[in-house]
Amino acid sequence: MSNSSTGNVGIVIVSHSSKIAEGAADMVRQMVGNVVPLAWTGGDVDGGLGTNVAGIIEAIETAWSPAGVAILVDLGGAETNSEMAVEMMPEDRRARIVVCNAPVVEGAVIAATESSGGSSLAAVKRSAEEFYA
Amino acid sequence: MHDINASRAANAFAPLTASALLVNPVGLHARPSVKLTQRAKGFAAKIELALAADGPWTDAKSPVKVMRMKAPQGATVYFRVKGPDGEAALAAMLALVHDGFGEV
Repeated sequence: MSNSSTGNVGIVIVSHSSKIAEGAADMVRQMVGNVVPLAWTGGDVDGGLGTNVAGIIEAIETAWSPAGVAILVDLGGAETNSEMAVEMMPEDRRARIVVCNAPVVEGAVIAATESSGGSSLAAVKRSAEEFYA
Repeated sequence: MHDINASRAANAFAPLTASALLVNPVGLHARPSVKLTQRAKGFAAKIELALAADGPWTDAKSPVKVMRMKAPQGATVYFRVKGPDGEAALAAMLALVHDGFGEV
């Protein structure tokens, strides 16, 4: 987990593997820098492969920014658990959290690059999703 | 409305062009692409780049599009810049390429 407080869109990385999530976050930090709030979570509550809603909520809170938070996920459960985590956030924050339809590693780097330039949440999401366009 | 005004404003400036040789060993790969787009986003000017003097032109502020160019070491990168801070933007782009994105 890492964080920096700026007005830039926050990035949350959710993978079934904590190693993938942490590694993707390392890439973001090294390539994009520290001007973007960033948090990662991976693995189930027992430390195995999987995702857990509590971990995702914590990551969203860590990376929270008034500009919003973009979540990058890997496979199925990561997406459904992320959506569940968003549902459990305070109502005024929900509209400012999006799950991106993008590959987790590349999407995280691109979303963070876009965010580092001060782009809006919609622009950050659009840019990450260009990978599938 | 806002966008129309912005593009009218951009059209009031003549496009500036210049080219530079990619000297860093990996060319315009992931890390340099991120650096280039981050730098480009700091300017109001429309900034485009290409691997030939007549295009096709790629938006320098789009990291995905810049990476897709897959420009290798030794390639010449052409810039086309238009906007109020065009000169500074072009100088910044050329400096980045000349310096090998800090990788040489």
